Amino acid sequence: MSVIYILLTISITVAVIFFVAFVLSVRRGQYDDTYTPSVRMLFEDELVVEGKVKALDNSDRSIEKEQTNE
Amino acid sequence: MPNQNCYHCGDPCGWSNIRFDAKDFCCNGCKTVYEIFTTQGLSNFYELEARAGTAPLEAQRKYDFLDNPDIVERLLEFNEEGLQVVSLSIPTIHCSSCIWVLENLGKLHPAISMSQVDFPKKILRATFRSGDFSLKALALLLGSIGYAPDISLKEFDKKEKQVDRSLIQRLGVAGFAFGNVMLLSFPEYFETGEFWLDRYKWAFRYLIFAFSIPVVLYSAQPFFVSAYKGLRSKVLNMDVPIALGILALFLRSAVDIIFDFGSGYFDSLTGLLFFLLLGKFFQQQTYAHLSFERDYKSYFPMAVTRLEADGSEKVVQVYQVGPGDRVLIRNQELIPMDCFLVEGSAEIDYSFVTGESDTVHKRAGDKLFAGGKHLGGLMEVEVLKTVSQSQLTQLWGNSVFSKDKTSQFQTLTDGIGRRFTLVVLSIALVSSLYWLQHSPAMALNVFTSVLIIACPCAIALAAPFTLGNMLRIFGRHRLYLKNATVLERLAQVDTAIFDKTGTLTTHKKDTIEYQGVALTQGETDLLKTTLRGSNHPLSRSLYEILKSNAILTLDEFREHTGKGLEGRMGGQSIQVGSASYVGSATKGDTRQTEVYVRTGESLKGRFVFQNSFREGLEGMFRELGTDMHLGILSGDNDGERATLEGMLPPGTKMLFDQRPGDKLETIKALQGDRRVLMVGDGLNDAGALAQSDVGIAVSENVNVFSPACDGILDASNLALLPTFLQLSRKSIKLIKVSFILSLCYNLVGLSFAVTGSLEPVIAAILMPLSSISIVVFTTLSTNIMGRRLKGDKT
Repeated sequence: MSVIYILLTISITVAVIFFVAFVLSVRRGQYDDTYTPSVRMLFEDELVVEGKVKALDNSDRSIEKEQTNE
Repeated sequence: MPNQNCYHCGDPCGWSNIRFDAKDFCCNGCKTVYEIFTTQGLSNFYELEARAGTAPLEAQRKYDFLDNPDIVERLLEFNEEGLQVVSLSIPTIHCSSCIWVLENLGKLHPAISMSQVDFPKKILRATFRSGDFSLKALALLLGSIGYAPDISLKEFDKKEKQVDRSLIQRLGVAGFAFGNVMLLSFPEYFETGEFWLDRYKWAFRYLIFAFSIPVVLYSAQPFFVSAYKGLRSKVLNMDVPIALGILALFLRSAVDIIFDFGSGYFDSLTGLLFFLLLGKFFQQQTYAHLSFERDYKSYFPMAVTRLEADGSEKVVQVYQVGPGDRVLIRNQELIPMDCFLVEGSAEIDYSFVTGESDTVHKRAGDKLFAGGKHLGGLMEVEVLKTVSQSQLTQLWGNSVFSKDKTSQFQTLTDGIGRRFTLVVLSIALVSSLYWLQHSPAMALNVFTSVLIIACPCAIALAAPFTLGNMLRIFGRHRLYLKNATVLERLAQVDTAIFDKTGTLTTHKKDTIEYQGVALTQGETDLLKTTLRGSNHPLSRSLYEILKSNAILTLDEFREHTGKGLEGRMGGQSIQVGSASYVGSATKGDTRQTEVYVRTGESLKGRFVFQNSFREGLEGMFRELGTDMHLGILSGDNDGERATLEGMLPPGTKMLFDQRPGDKLETIKALQGDRRVLMVGDGLNDAGALAQSDVGIAVSENVNVFSPACDGILDASNLALLPTFLQLSRKSIKLIKVSFILSLCYNLVGLSFAVTGSLEPVIAAILMPLSSISIVVFTTLSTNIMGRRLKGDKT
């Protein structure tokens, strides 16, 4: 039954690792702007190569305009 | 195709549209941006979002001050080894296309190695090589594609801002501990006295104890600090019983574990703090892109052109300019300090300071006041006072601007906190006295149990969740309040004072009336063509309403800045402008804006501009008038008194020709026996907005212009104001209902506590149950209440 100590140690170590990761990410400012990355990840490298015009289906990536800006 | 919208910015093109590449543009600027984007392979901008662009500003000399190395050094965040990093505020950022194009700036200029947008704050952070590029070049590049950065005096004073992330960290610690403690407490909930559990319970209990220590020491800190501050100023706020509860929970549990009396209440303790911090987090609703703390520094230029003794021009920081210096001020620039006009003539637009919409004509030798906007050619002025001593800026020296309204206001929760603390303490004392006589060993147990179970978690959550959610609902309908206490204060106002110009009237739609000899079609065509060449706001509005389809080519066109326009075609000539320019003998009514027209030798007539009032005002005043006092406080003249009297309930007090300081004093006088809501728009209202109990700034574009205030309301939703007020009052009622509900939970808990039978598991169930039910109740109710706004939405 003493194996419970090992299990506790492992589970708490894992939990602490995630906790430290969380604190570090907060300190590095990853939670300062939670909106822009959500838009950014939808951009591909969409630069148009000269002479070639890409037809893009943008129905699924148009982001609602900020309400404040109409 | 008069109905075409600009392919770039989406504005109607009108008759000035430019066809290019089979697309319509409203102006040359937009066409240029389109050209830049398509030739640089950024045409995807138009794919992401249709008509997302912003018309670029013509501002060749606007960023000249960025040639000054001292100023640049203050703005840069990093400047070493040929690399420079800068954060610029760009108010025109508004959609995903903006993010995309700004993050691909490197394609427009190879020196820009990285650019990143913070959308909520509307900030662009760019890294570039300083050798072949400069901050000025970056500003001009951004300006040329319609994202002119906003660099004002405020940026110069800005200190390294420390972002406060402590709340989210405290929440993280509490959540982490809560989860683990719950998990480790589980065995003891179900099987007590079982052999293996008994053997290993020490490991579990001390682990739980260890997890709880950071929660008490770190996460609970704000509650202890607030309770201590409250006690020191002899106020029993809501954080006092919370801090007491936390302490009782921790000490009692520690004693229980150390002396093996039981498993302690650490699960309740961590859970309690997790929920409390969650409430704080939820209430911390911020509109990062809106600034509620602006003062004149946000609008004043950072630098001016100073004439040196040897006649050379030098761009210097405005703080370095002192009395006696000669300064050049260009068209459309703001005058940053009180001064004398030395050379040139000027039309000064003081709408910023006084709300008065007409320009004032000034000649050499006249005194000019800070805050006026110069319309006209280059002028030379001699400085009388430094920036901070000028008349307008002295307003900010008034103590109202340093007062913090939030700290003076006792919130509903804190008001209840006082009585609550007293009741809880007396119950704890009475019950422990009772037990002291019957079973002394139980007395301390009961005393701590009462403090633990009475810890007003649910009560403390009712207000943050109700107000926080209401703030969000208001925000969706474009009333952006600074914080939750503003909402509570809003519920208490009984007087609403309105500014007129810009608040009740709109700058956008002027009603224009023509008086005089009717113009022939030919003359109208000529007039419209002449106006086309001018960017003056009056020309623009007049251009919009003239009915003419012809686009003529003028033989001659001249713009006399500050005076008027002149156009000639064939044998016909036309002059448009001020009465003195056109040579009108009639002295018009100075209370309104007029534009005179002369063709050839004969004076034809004048266009009279009148501010038009926003829609739905009458209904709004009627609704507000039923239970509130109303008033008008205008910096303008009383030219529109009659119109206002028609809209407002009879007997409404109206004051005109009020200077910013007068407005502040009027509000102060009213506050003797009333709670005042001030609705204003410009810097001239800044004092009144700061002095009032709730100051709301009405703005046509919430991202660009607003003085310091408690809330910003989008002008299109001004008519919803009565509904907002009603909803804020209802929110307060809802909080009171939630208080009663959570008191019921407390009574149930207390019945366990005073009888000395409060098991840890009961506390662990009751605490989250009451908290969660309050959260669900308030969130659902506010959402239902918020539906009222949807029906009204314009």
